[in-house]
Amino acid sequence: MSADVSVRLAGLALKNPVMTASGTFGYGLEFAPYGDLRSLGGIVVKGLSLKPRLGNPMPRIAETPCGMLNAIGLQNCGVEKFLRDKLPLLPHSETPIVANLYACDADEFAELAGVLSGAAGVAALEVNISCPNVKAGGIAFGQDPAMAGRLAEAVKKRAGSKPVWVKLSPNVTDIVEIARAAVLGGADALTCINTLTGMAVDIRSRKPRLANVIGGLSGPAIKPVALRCVWQVCRAVSAPVIAVGGISSAEDVLEFILVGAHAVQIGTANFMRPDMAFRIAERLPGLMEELGIESLDSYRGSLSS
Amino acid sequence: MGNFGACRDVSILSVAPCGPEGAAHGCYLLELENPGLGPAAAGQFVMVRPERFGQNPIWPRPFSICRLTTRTLTLFVQACGRGTDILCGLAAGDKAALWGPLGQGFALEPEIPTVMLAGGVGIAPFVEYAATHPAPSNLSLVFGHRQPLSCYPFAAMAELVGRAEAFCEKTPDDLPVFIERLDAVVAGAASGLILACGPRPFLLTVARLARKYSARAQVSLENRMACGVGGCLGCVEKNALGAYVQTCTEGPVFWVEELALAEDA
Ligand SMILES: Cc1cc2nc3c(=O)[nH]c(=O)nc-3n(C[C@H](O)[C@H](O)[C@H](O)COP(=O)(O)OP(=O)(O)OC[C@H]3O[C@@H](n4cnc5c(N)ncnc54)[C@H](O)[C@@H]3O)c2cc1C
Ligand SMILES: Cc1cc2nc3c(=O)[nH]c(=O)nc-3n(C[C@H](O)[C@H](O)[C@H](O)COP(=O)(O)O)c2cc1C
Ligand code: FES
Repeated sequence: MSADVSVRLAGLALKNPVMTASGTFGYGLEFAPYGDLRSLGGIVVKGLSLKPRLGNPMPRIAETPCGMLNAIGLQNCGVEKFLRDKLPLLPHSETPIVANLYACDADEFAELAGVLSGAAGVAALEVNISCPNVKAGGIAFGQDPAMAGRLAEAVKKRAGSKPVWVKLSPNVTDIVEIARAAVLGGADALTCINTLTGMAVDIRSRKPRLANVIGGLSGPAIKPVALRCVWQVCRAVSAPVIAVGGISSAEDVLEFILVGAHAVQIGTANFMRPDMAFRIAERLPGLMEELGIESLDSYRGSLSS
Repeated sequence: MGNFGACRDVSILSVAPCGPEGAAHGCYLLELENPGLGPAAAGQFVMVRPERFGQNPIWPRPFSICRLTTRTLTLFVQACGRGTDILCGLAAGDKAALWGPLGQGFALEPEIPTVMLAGGVGIAPFVEYAATHPAPSNLSLVFGHRQPLSCYPFAAMAELVGRAEAFCEKTPDDLPVFIERLDAVVAGAASGLILACGPRPFLLTVARLARKYSARAQVSLENRMACGVGGCLGCVEKNALGAYVQTCTEGPVFWVEELALAEDA
């Protein structure tokens, strides 16, 4: 008997808990040469906005110990082009394709949700209330519980039958407060966590390493922070939690399931090698068997004190 | 675990200094097992991530295909930081993840006189270009370098192509002289094809000269890359229309007129 890696997540049935994180897997198609997209639990595409966005000036990325900083600035092709040119090419009938939403105010978020609610190939909407990169908007929603709640409500109202995931920022005093507010507002699931704000400088040129000066830290360096956030949020809310932050192995996946996560997303690790998410998804059942874990449902949240 | 697709785990076959002074100047030839990479155009690149990186450094490193045969892939690597130091310190039998060929290579117009302008490690893709060109006598090479000439795969190329010259930049005062030489070369090649690879300031100079003489010129960019496959949007360059294009998929080779190529882009 092989281990049961299937997951039920807020109305979605996932083959396995291994999804890819927004902004780290392009629109999915870029990674098709490196594995079977259908073998993934889900694919969250690059953050989409109503209109195409140019993004930030160069340099946008900097390597840091066991991680990286990015200030991409939500460059994207816009929701219409995504629905017309990208989505039809994705295996949406076999693997949930999740749209990641970015906007500057609640009305725009709601309008974006309205557009995506009609797209048959989109399985769920993930609302990025936490992107620290864009000066106008974004960050404010993620840091204020009342605004986070109102935003979740505004998106949920226009999302039709699509489950709404709210993606939380770790750059807050109390992530639990924001998590509760988002669930009260109507979030069906929570994604934890987005990047941590950070900075890197060059002592010789005396310049910041990112043109934007500040960027978002990701990669294995942030895994302990993500684990702490997921554990806290899982204890506080009943909505399922999707864990993301520094995951780069099947062992890491189980760590997050152990503290209560329903599923996970692979982010920066996709850059280490483009078949990373596929490898982790393939490895997981074998690892569970080695550890005597029959199903994720039985293992979830079983951390002893 | 098996291979899933175009990303393969390969063995390092050898790491050797390039020339007698290569080790002292950090110039190495890395030979890797060719796991069956598809056909490649010179100017395309591969991403390499040795097992030894562990979780740090996190990113793989991009390298031009310097020579590709059915059995081996050769990279010409200058040790200039953490990642390249580790790579140049690898031994036969060490493992690395390898994917490619990636991006767009140089234009190939066999009958047209073609000038290759290379700066430093920027010579790497031209080794493959010359080796696979159907009429190498139509090629000429102008090579600017700082380390001793024997540290670069220059001599073998010089034998192959119609004309080759090297210019050593020993002091900053040599730079204007080299730029003057480039000016004359581009002026003389304006009716042919110009291909350039090297440090960004060098490419900006080539772009300026190509505009000055209305020459058809391509440049190969070395923007910082995290994924190499179009997944991160970290490697972009501003194009002539003011939009950001990914250099890993739409480049690294671009026609000069496609790009804005400003200092701050
Ligand atoms: C398409 C492409 C082809 C390349 N081909 C070759 C090749 O054939 N041979 C070769 O030796 N090198 C090549 N490079 C450059 C090579 O990838 C970098 O030298 C290498 O990534 C540096 O890694 P590192 O860890 O040693 O340096 P790091 O420790 O990362 O950095 C050392 C210094 O170099 C700077 N730096 C790092 N990466 C880059 C970059 N891509 N461009 C400019 N500055 C950078 C850093 O800011 C730092 O100042 C190529 C790059 C690209 C994009
Ligand atoms: C280059 C890059 C781009 C990203 N773009 C987005 C985005 O568009 N929307 C979003 O919600 N998160 C974005 N993220 C955050 C990731 O989805 C993820 O939450 C974060 O990187 C932490 O996970 P990791 O450590 O596994 O990368 C981006 C991250 C990186 C590294
Ligand atoms: S290096 Fe990631 S998109 Fe080009």
